[in-house]
Amino acid sequence: MEFFVQLLVNGLSIGFLYALSALGFVMIFKSSSVLNFAHGELLAIGAFFFLILAASAKVPIVLCFALTLLGCFALGFIIERLFLRPLIGEALIQVIMLTVGLAAMFKGLMLFIFGGNFFKYPSFLPAALSVTWGMINVPSAYVASFIIGLFFLGLFGFFFKYSSQGIYMRAVADHQTAALSLGVHVRRVFALSWAIAAVVCAVSGIVLGIMHGVNVHELSSIGLKVFPVVILGGLDSIGGAIVGGIIIGLLETFTGGYISGSLGEVIPYIILVFILLIKPYGLFGSVEIERV
Amino acid sequence: MRKLKFRPCGNFKERYEQDIAIFETDFGRVWVWVGLVLLLSSVPFIAGSYTLYIINSIGIAAIAAIGLNILIGYTGQISLGHAAFFGVGAYAAAILATKMGFPFWLSVLAAGGIAALVGMIFGIPSVRLKHLYLCIATLAGQFIIEYVLMNWEGLTNGPAGIILPRATLFGLDISGDQSFFWVVFVCLALMCWMAVNLIRSRYGRAFIAIRDNDLAAEGMGIPIFRYKLLSFGISSFYAGFAGGLWAYYTTSITPEPFTIFLSIQYIAMIIIGGLASIPGSVFGAIFIIILNETLSRITEYIMNTGILSGIALTVAPLREFVFGLAIVLFLIFEPRGLAEVWRVVRSSFRLWPFSY
Repeated sequence: MEFFVQLLVNGLSIGFLYALSALGFVMIFKSSSVLNFAHGELLAIGAFFFLILAASAKVPIVLCFALTLLGCFALGFIIERLFLRPLIGEALIQVIMLTVGLAAMFKGLMLFIFGGNFFKYPSFLPAALSVTWGMINVPSAYVASFIIGLFFLGLFGFFFKYSSQGIYMRAVADHQTAALSLGVHVRRVFALSWAIAAVVCAVSGIVLGIMHGVNVHELSSIGLKVFPVVILGGLDSIGGAIVGGIIIGLLETFTGGYISGSLGEVIPYIILVFILLIKPYGLFGSVEIERV
Repeated sequence: MRKLKFRPCGNFKERYEQDIAIFETDFGRVWVWVGLVLLLSSVPFIAGSYTLYIINSIGIAAIAAIGLNILIGYTGQISLGHAAFFGVGAYAAAILATKMGFPFWLSVLAAGGIAALVGMIFGIPSVRLKHLYLCIATLAGQFIIEYVLMNWEGLTNGPAGIILPRATLFGLDISGDQSFFWVVFVCLALMCWMAVNLIRSRYGRAFIAIRDNDLAAEGMGIPIFRYKLLSFGISSFYAGFAGGLWAYYTTSITPEPFTIFLSIQYIAMIIIGGLASIPGSVFGAIFIIILNETLSRITEYIMNTGILSGIALTVAPLREFVFGLAIVLFLIFEPRGLAEVWRVVRSSFRLWPFSY
């Protein structure tokens, strides 16, 4: 029983993380219908940026957070400007392959700089955060990541719902030409969606780092695990990304705990194939009907 | 004998057959034959065994790259699991050869067939949908196949791998670098010939129609689902065939090489070589394999200099960086790849000295 509850807690927290990182992915997909294969590398960049600031430069933690988010916001802009902007007007397949190339590039670069080792953040969480509840013990890292994650989910929710930029982004996602004719600056929206996606990635990268420590290979493999999550939830649904993330996280930990660890690693992809077979647009995705 | 045709100074095509002809002039046809004969008769005697190894690797990679180009370049569907299907082919050939005692030619052909079947199983759920779902399904396929190769010990022998018997063809031993060269390049020439002719058949034109606009293609009566699946099957067949050859060539296989990184290498090959171009796939394979070898030679060299051996370990991931960079740069600056560069060079020679 204790094992079960511990797995449940782990699964929920990992699933929560998947949800958070799927959010950034869905955002790029919604605004520009690009499948971003460099997602995991963006996570890793955020996490390592925070690591450098916190562990090597010894900047105060709050400032670290702010600087990382700011840096990743700028990075998102730069990526869009340098790599995505020249391909506007090209076929979508070229843009997607560009993100595959970017992924290999960033991963190689980060492995070159940091190597494949595990790094831990300096501990800065107060011990009071950890919750002990009978025999169940939830470490403070998990509680903190839950709080941070919830805060940012709420923040982005409000951003999309009420801020004018958020409304522009939803307008572009809905119908690009219509948004253009109503005076929305579509190119700026693309740039902004990459920047915000990079920020979301950085947040989830940092949260992941707090929970498990940071490692280039692991972070980039999480970037690929976003695919089962978004297919399960529906490619263009933010609510779906959250539900899908939690389901995938739970499935992965329970399979890993009860059957075998290596099967736990592939179970999300097996689920992915079945979802495509049974309910291809996912739980909450919008079904596309096109007529000529 | 009819008169050889040279390049006309203008467009004199009158019939459709002239438009879809592979060689516009007899000049090209003659050169291809001369090139093939020169390649097959001189290279294996001139090149040393290390050079031959690289050339054979290029030939095998080119076969797989042609398959991927049929899928990505002509049908417009991305596959991220090409390395996995290559691996399925390699394992299929190895298992058929060791457990069932199949001869070389049959097990390599069967390897292609099995890879095509496995590929189509992963293709079925995704090709019904628009929006590049195939790309996501093949990503899943990549991981699932990697897992199966590693963990189904009864069939694949797990991480220990399988050792293949020596390859023989018509009673001759062909397992050496030199004799395998002829096998690989005859296969490559045949596969090129098949691909080029496939593209100008009704199937190939249906693939191109699907790539350009799938709704319009459906409106014109092309059954999209069937053709996408067919294209994916053909692409996996090429991968599996190349995998089978590779298994016989290296004589022992383990699950390690067939990772997503190899899939990315194949994608890099066809982007660098040129999307929707059969010679482009071959150029891409040449470029990537030589780049790969150069980079690992540099790493090795730094490792051997002693003082710098610590750095050498960290230089290894730069290979991945260079591949990524090559993909990105080619996509931005020369999206049609080396095939386009080659065309420009050729036509500037042809038009010299009046290049307008």
